[in-house]
Amino acid sequence: MSRRREQSEYEKTFAFRFFRWLSGEKDAYIGNMEMRPQKEYEEKEETVAERMREKGKFSAEVYDKKYNRELRFFDRLYRAFSIIFCIAIVAVLIFTVSFLPEVGNEANPDNNIVSETYISRGIYDTGTVNIVTGMILAYRAFDTFGETNVLFVATCCVMILLMVDEDKIRENKESNDRGFEPKNDVILQKVAHVLAPVIFLFGIYIILNGHLSPGGGFSGGAMIGAGLTLYVAAFGFEKTERFFNERVYRIVKVTALMLYGCIVLYYFYTGANGLANLIPLGEAGRILSGGITLPINIFVGSEVACTIYAFYALFRRGGL
Amino acid sequence: MEFVLNFPCFSILLAMFAAIISSVLKGRGAKILNTFVVSLVGLMSLAVLIFTVRTGECYVYVMGHFPAPLGNELRFGALEAGMALFFAVIMLLSLNGGRRKIKLEIAENKEHLYYVMVNLLLSSLLALVYTNDLFTAYVFVEINTISACGLIMITEHGRCIEAAMRYMIMSLLGSGLFLIGICILYDLTGHLLMSYIHTSIEAIVEAGTYSVPLLVTIALIVVGLAIKSALFPFHAWLPDAYGYSTVSSAAMLSSLVSKGYIFLLIKLMYRVIGFPIFANSKVIDVLFVFGIAGMIMGSLSAIRENDIRRMISYSSVAQIGYIYMGFGLGTMAGMVASIFHILSHAATKSLLFVSAVGLTDVSGNHKDFEQLTGAAYRNKAAGVAFTVGALSMVGIPAFSGFVSKLLFAQAAMDQHEKMLPALIVLAVSSVLNVIYFMKTVIRIYTPVQTGYPSVRAKENKLFVVTLICFIVLNVLLGMCSQPITEWIVQGLNVFA
Repeated sequence: MSRRREQSEYEKTFAFRFFRWLSGEKDAYIGNMEMRPQKEYEEKEETVAERMREKGKFSAEVYDKKYNRELRFFDRLYRAFSIIFCIAIVAVLIFTVSFLPEVGNEANPDNNIVSETYISRGIYDTGTVNIVTGMILAYRAFDTFGETNVLFVATCCVMILLMVDEDKIRENKESNDRGFEPKNDVILQKVAHVLAPVIFLFGIYIILNGHLSPGGGFSGGAMIGAGLTLYVAAFGFEKTERFFNERVYRIVKVTALMLYGCIVLYYFYTGANGLANLIPLGEAGRILSGGITLPINIFVGSEVACTIYAFYALFRRGGL
Repeated sequence: MEFVLNFPCFSILLAMFAAIISSVLKGRGAKILNTFVVSLVGLMSLAVLIFTVRTGECYVYVMGHFPAPLGNELRFGALEAGMALFFAVIMLLSLNGGRRKIKLEIAENKEHLYYVMVNLLLSSLLALVYTNDLFTAYVFVEINTISACGLIMITEHGRCIEAAMRYMIMSLLGSGLFLIGICILYDLTGHLLMSYIHTSIEAIVEAGTYSVPLLVTIALIVVGLAIKSALFPFHAWLPDAYGYSTVSSAAMLSSLVSKGYIFLLIKLMYRVIGFPIFANSKVIDVLFVFGIAGMIMGSLSAIRENDIRRMISYSSVAQIGYIYMGFGLGTMAGMVASIFHILSHAATKSLLFVSAVGLTDVSGNHKDFEQLTGAAYRNKAAGVAFTVGALSMVGIPAFSGFVSKLLFAQAAMDQHEKMLPALIVLAVSSVLNVIYFMKTVIRIYTPVQTGYPSVRAKENKLFVVTLICFIVLNVLLGMCSQPITEWIVQGLNVFA
């Protein structure tokens, strides 16, 4: 026999909260998520007037196509030519492709000794079960070192553009909207709580098994970078900085690139001078095998993860 | 194997290491490291140059444990080593000449990033010079493009960012065409190493198959690299990028970055496609026409310009036209003249940029000619240096520009069909050069009373020493042209 509950007791139950939410009496966000409105940007009347005047002047003199017939003519000519040019290039390229050897033909020029050797001897030469990893990290190690440096130079360029002085951030805290983002988003935090560790683990797995299964440093590093981004988005920079701040970022990045460079240098020096490679290839299929590919995968992975995190941090708040 | 032969590989990796370490250093430390690395690269290239000139051979350096056709390779002879040495010297001088401006124009917390870019630029230039693998070349073209963008926009000035944007769009278009070209080439030959591609291409040409894709590939690669090195119709990005960036960047962009791409193009002509096949394709006539058009149009734009930095930039368009005209002649002599002009233009253009900044500094940072009147009296060293550069560009004997013009004229004489247009345009372009360079020289030597303060040589010793080095280099190229052309011929003979 059921007993009728007191109102105060009922209010504590899950059912009460659920039905209240269902009927829309209470918004779950209010009180839980911090949402500050953006400060309204006010402009002085004089600056507005001046801007309008300048704008009017420009459009009257320069951009007014109604009276500037040359400009209108040029505009049309430009559009027509760009379309004709694009179509011409597309036509030429398609015409060229029709002359190229058919895909998948056995007699094609690219079915030569090179690809055959990569497939048949790859596992003996590089110790990697995953042929692609062996190809990019051992056979063509110099190219991949260059590619990793492309990521490095890209981060440096974004830093040039977006890095803001720490003091300036403090000074202009009111004027930029970096401080006015939604924080403590419950849904995002709960999801990140569950997903972030899984993403990190999967990324590490992909990196460590790069020489055995599909994947490697680039894809695994991208995953770890995505995990870091999710964590930052959910919990904010203050919590992330407890384990990943600018200092850690610099140490990880420089160590990874320098060690990668040292391995590559050693590999090139011994290879070109006919010396033996002292890094053991190991037994193919084991986790500790593959010669230089395993450490290189780890270094590439950390570099890629750092790069992706740095892009997010730089775009979001102009610093690491 | 001799230990010297490791130096090309070492110098590429050394420049990369320097870039990586610079990213965590402060501005001053990065500067010292950069100076040290560029000098060391220069010394190593000098050692390789001496060794290769003495033996007169070409060497292959296997990058890794897998011999061709499996792995990456470097390949170098006298020409490559000399180019690397020359690039290192010009880079060091350009940086020293603009050192004060770098400190002034770049935010303090970003100064180390400038040296990161410079180091990576050096490594990519060295890799472009030494590599024997097409895909490696593409990877380092990418690094070169991105670091050049960084060098342009580092001052965070609105004009510079716009210029970097333009440069990036045009340059990426060039990279894209180059990459499509490499893809088609790989489809036709199945190799990425230059020497192996060449063997396959010879077989293809003999068999007569795939003639259309081969022609399109040559066109795509040439146009891609021509966009990146600012050949005449593709030069729209150039004046802003050279005119507004900080002076060291402008000097390095005009004398190193575009020259790196041109050297890669020479490599493609000789080593990948083969010079006879390249000379027989129609592409070479297109290059010739664009080259002579650039010689005229660049000079005309320079005459119209009222900003000294932009005037020098437009003059670059004309000089790049000279180099492509030399390619367009399709003879060995034309090629030698073009390579000599690469050296002569690099030495002269960086001198002009650096000395022009010395002149604008004593004119209240104004770059228009009216304010520059009499600037040579206020900064005597810069005035003399600018005059030397201008005379060299015009082609006065004893300076480097004269020798390259002489070589171009001689090369044109051997090529009957193209002799007349080449000689006429050479003469017209020289006259146009005289108009805008002598106008500037007369302007800066016109005595006038202004309120601008003058600068004594003692106040900025590094700047004056740099200018003296530049002048010596210029005169050296002009006076000792015989051994230099002999070196170029020797290098070209073992190049392919």
